[in-house]
Formats: sequence, C-alpha cells, structure tokens
Amino acid sequence: MDVQTLTYLIVGFTFALYIGIAIWSRAGSTKEFYVAGGGVHPVVNGMATAADWMSAASFISLAGIVSFVGFDGSVYLMGWTGGYVLLALCMAPYLRKFGKFTVPDFIGDRYYSQAARTVAVVCAIFICFTYIAGQMRGVGVVFSRFLEVDVETGVYIGMAVVFFYAVLGGMKGITYTQVAQYCVLIFAFMVPAIFISVMMTGHILPQIGFGAELVDAAGNGTGTYLLDKLDGLSNELGFAQYTEGSKSTIDVFFITGALMFGTAGLPHVIVRFFTVPKVKDSRSSAGWALVFIAIMYTTIPALAAFSRVNMIETINGPDSTGVAYETAPQWIKNWEKTGLIKWDDKNADGKIYYAKGPENEMKIDRDIMVLATPEIADLPAWVIALVAAGGLAAALSTSAGLLLVISTSVSHDLLKKNLMPDISDKKELMFARIAAAAGIVMAGYFGINPPGFVAAVVAIAFGLAASSLFPAIVMGIFSKTINKEGAIAGMITGLGFTAAYIIYFKFMNPGDNNPANWFLGVSPEGIGMLGMLINFAVAFGVSKVTAKVPDSVQEMVEGIRFPKGSGGAQSH
Amino acid sequence: MSFENNDQAQGYWRENLRLVLSLLAIWAAVSFGCGILLVDVLNEIHFMGFKLGFWFAQQGAMYVFVALIFVYAAKANALDKKYNVHED
Repeated sequence: MDVQTLTYLIVGFTFALYIGIAIWSRAGSTKEFYVAGGGVHPVVNGMATAADWMSAASFISLAGIVSFVGFDGSVYLMGWTGGYVLLALCMAPYLRKFGKFTVPDFIGDRYYSQAARTVAVVCAIFICFTYIAGQMRGVGVVFSRFLEVDVETGVYIGMAVVFFYAVLGGMKGITYTQVAQYCVLIFAFMVPAIFISVMMTGHILPQIGFGAELVDAAGNGTGTYLLDKLDGLSNELGFAQYTEGSKSTIDVFFITGALMFGTAGLPHVIVRFFTVPKVKDSRSSAGWALVFIAIMYTTIPALAAFSRVNMIETINGPDSTGVAYETAPQWIKNWEKTGLIKWDDKNADGKIYYAKGPENEMKIDRDIMVLATPEIADLPAWVIALVAAGGLAAALSTSAGLLLVISTSVSHDLLKKNLMPDISDKKELMFARIAAAAGIVMAGYFGINPPGFVAAVVAIAFGLAASSLFPAIVMGIFSKTINKEGAIAGMITGLGFTAAYIIYFKFMNPGDNNPANWFLGVSPEGIGMLGMLINFAVAFGVSKVTAKVPDSVQEMVEGIRFPKGSGGAQSH
Repeated sequence: MSFENNDQAQGYWRENLRLVLSLLAIWAAVSFGCGILLVDVLNEIHFMGFKLGFWFAQQGAMYVFVALIFVYAAKANALDKKYNVHED
C-alpha cells in the first residue's frame, strides 16, 4: 500500500476511536463537563494532562528547533518540564483542597474581590486564545502534507472533529479521548526515533544513543561519539558548536525561568489537577504527567542530534563537498515540492551543499525535521502515516483542552459568577457549549488566516501567565498577609510591564529587537520572569500599607494547607 | 480546624515548607545551576559521550524533575499521616 492510503487508514481509524470515546462518555451535568466528576484516576489524569500539554508545536517543531540551535534549545526542554515541579509542590494539592472549578474561582475567593476575579478571567481567556490560534494551523499543515488536500480543508476537518468531542463530551469526554491521543502520539513519536537510534548507534533507547558512539552500516563501532561528530561538523561548516549554543547566559536563564513559571500559571494545565479524587492524588498525578511528558521530551534532543548529523551527511556527502542533485535522496525532492526545502546552485556545480556561510545553497525549514525524519532514514511507509496521525493527535488534544477552559471561563467565571448569578445548571451548560463552539470558530479562522506572529504570541502567553496568574496563586497559598489591593496591583503591574516590553519589541519596533537594546540583556521571550519578580515586589509593598486580610479569608487559607476534609469532587 | 491545637498546625506547616523549599533548592540547582550557570565548568567533564553540563541541560535536569515530584508526594503523604490530617 502507498503512503497515501495508509495515512487515510491510520488517521481514519484514530479519529473513529476519539469520536467513539466521546459518545461513550458524554457529560450529563455541569460538574462532569468541567471536571469529569472528579473521578479520574491519577495515572489516567497524568496521561491526559501530558496529551493536553504536548501540542502540535512540541510534536512537529520542537525537535527541529533543538536540531538547529543545539544547546540553546535547552530552554524549552527544561522550561516546559520544570514548571511541573512548581505545579506539584506549590499549587496542585492546595488548589485541589480548595475544591472549586477554575483559577479565577480561587483568585476571586482568596482575594475577596470581584475585580481580582475579573483580572484573572481576562488573563485566562487571553492566554488560551493565543495558544489555540496556533493549534488549528498545525492540523491544517499536517493534513495538507499527508492527505494532499489544501490547508483550508484540513482546518475544516479538524474543526469538525474537535467540535464533536469537546462540545458534546466536556471534560469527561476530553479526559478519556486525551488518553487515547497520548498513546497515539507517543507511539508515533517513539517509533521513528528508535529506528533511527538503532541505525546510527545500535542502541534501542534514543536517550542512550544520544551519548553513544556512531556505528557504520554493518553495525561496527566507528570510535566517534555522536555529539563529538556533531560539534566537529558544526565547526567545519561555520555553525556555533552544537553543545555550546550562542545565546547569552543571562538570556538563557530568564527564558528558562519565564517558561517554567509560565507553565505553572497556565489555566488549562492547572485545571487538570481539579479532576482527581483526592489531594493525595493531585500530588502524584503531576508526577505521572511529567513522566509521560518526559518520555517525549528526553527523546526530542536525541532525535534532534540524530537528524542533524543525518541531514548534513546526506546533503554534503561523505567527503563534505556536496552530492550531485540527480543522485540526492528522494526526500529532498519531496519536500522541495512543499517549498519547505529550497536549493540554489550558487557555484553552478550541480551539487547540493549546506553550510553557515555565503557558500550555503540550501534553505531548510526547521518544521520539517520530525515529519521528514522517517523519509530521511528511509523507514517503511506505515511509519510516515503514523507520524501524521501522531501530529494530529497532539494538535487535537491540546485544542480540546484549551476550548474547555475557554468555555468554562465564559460560562462559569464570566456569566455565572459575574453577570448572571442566578443562571440554572442546564443553562450554564448550554452557554459553556456555545462558548466552546465560538472558540472553535475563532481558532478555525486563525487556522485559515494565520497571523504572521504565532511564535511571538506564544511568548506573550507564557510571559503573561508567569507575570500575572502564577504569583497571584502562589502568594494566595503561601502568604496570609497579601491582601486584595496588593494582589490586584501586583497582577496589573507585572502584566503591564511584561505586555508593554513584548509589544514594544515584537510589534512596535521589531527592528530594535536585539541584545544591545534589551533591558539587562533579557529578550522578550524571557521578560515574563522579571515581570513575575515585579509582581511579587509590588504585591508585598502594597499589602504592607493597606488594610489587613479579613479573618475569614485567613481561615480559608489555613484550611487549604492540609488535605483532611477535602470534599466535593470525589462524590461520583 | 482539624489539628489538635495551634502548635500542631504550625509544626505541620513548618515541616511542609522545609520539605518544599529543600526540594525546590535541588530543582534550581540542577536546572539553573548545572544546566545554565555552571554549564561551561561542567562541560570540561565527560560523561559517557556527553559533556556533563550539556547532559544536565538536555537530559539530566528532566530526570531529576520527575524524581523530585515523586519524592515530594511520598514525603508529603507521610507528613499528613504524622499529623493525622490525611484524607480518609
């Protein structure tokens, strides 16, 4: 069977599976819609959280980014996993004991203020929308490459599938669908990585192969370590050393921090820890989530290094002078058709050649690394089809999780708690579904007409979460003296500073966006960490000079600090 | 209040804070420390085919993160039992 037929078959089968699960676990009450009735086992919840977290961007793009920037890519690897330690230690158990549905619920109650709740709702909705804008595009790209339909059709198909299970199923449907999606996406990611690791180093585990000696076609050791080879190639071709990188230390520090603290402040991640039966489970569930995420995230840098060596060697040939175009492998010609690889024969010798300097003849898009790996390594057609299904699983699971938070924020936080307090349970559920539908339409719109600034927008989402929601939640748990005035002032200054810095460099004066102009040498991607420190400082300062926190709120804070008496969510 | 008295409540919270802070110190040491600030020093040391600093940044830190959460979960659950504030 050819790749085309296999892709239809495998993608069709996985979609049928997701929709089947959504129908089987349809939500009947608002509580099931929001938090799956609180009856999700911690390991299952961890797996669903991992699927929710790993978006099309991490599946398709991250290995490509690491492959092209080497050490600098560590900011994403550490940043997007380290945040889970903060979640587990500083937030999950306490928020689970608090026992309500959403992040704005906590901020509104802890800071006894409708204004604080509104600020949190606005942050949550904005963060989710910026995130989801990129997801539908991912679905469209995968469809267009592998099903050979245009990107628009791909986006419409994706919208229909997400609508079906997010809007009908709610959290209960999403949780179980995400478990299925995790299995599909991790299998699809690991199979090519293992194949290529065995081919290049003889080790089954890519994590071990990453630090091993390269082997030749017959499987005999060559005496050269993969990473030494890579550093050698980088030197020879004029790139920065693969294991050293080129960003300044302070910038790497701040970007990693912004991503870690931002991760711990993302509403669609936090809400997952409301769905486990007990406080105890919320602790281990974060650990399981990280186990499932780390399986992929520790494979990513290995895959990145394998593909880098593979790519340079196939293009430049054994003697590093380039290979003749006619004899070049088929994958280069396949991807040339999509425009993501370009060849410009500058010295007119009929050979392709890749390097850093002016003699470079190849333009290679980073995003193709994962999708093209099976072709580069000459793996069977079913592996290529599987990778397409995995990319779709990653995009769909993340979109569904985000839509749920958007719908909850609108129907629960905005309508029920703000505008229409005496709305019925049934009506609230209806509004939740309408909000999810509206969210899908908007995501679809951005999928078809992508803003040219998706990457910049993601930096904003993490920066805003790190500088607004994360400090407000942590201070709410660990301090009894931060009052309403302090929290609101902190969120607004932290958020305002971060947003202004990013907007200035990314949208108003992109020409000035270089280390010479950055404050303390911190790029817009890392500024969220500074915003967070400002938030903490302002909140403490303002709380010192304004009214004391009411006794009832102080008692509530004491109440969430130990597990006994946690109730509610496990009643199903 | 589920604690027998105020001293118990304060003792529990103090021990909990000590646990969280010591684990966060390890968290910061492996990522911000070994993976970023000390990376050049550690890169002088070779570990299998890796430079050690690079290994921390792209592998080691993540393994430690996973371990930290499970250690926290086990110790926090034990602390709940010690002060009799665990769930039924």
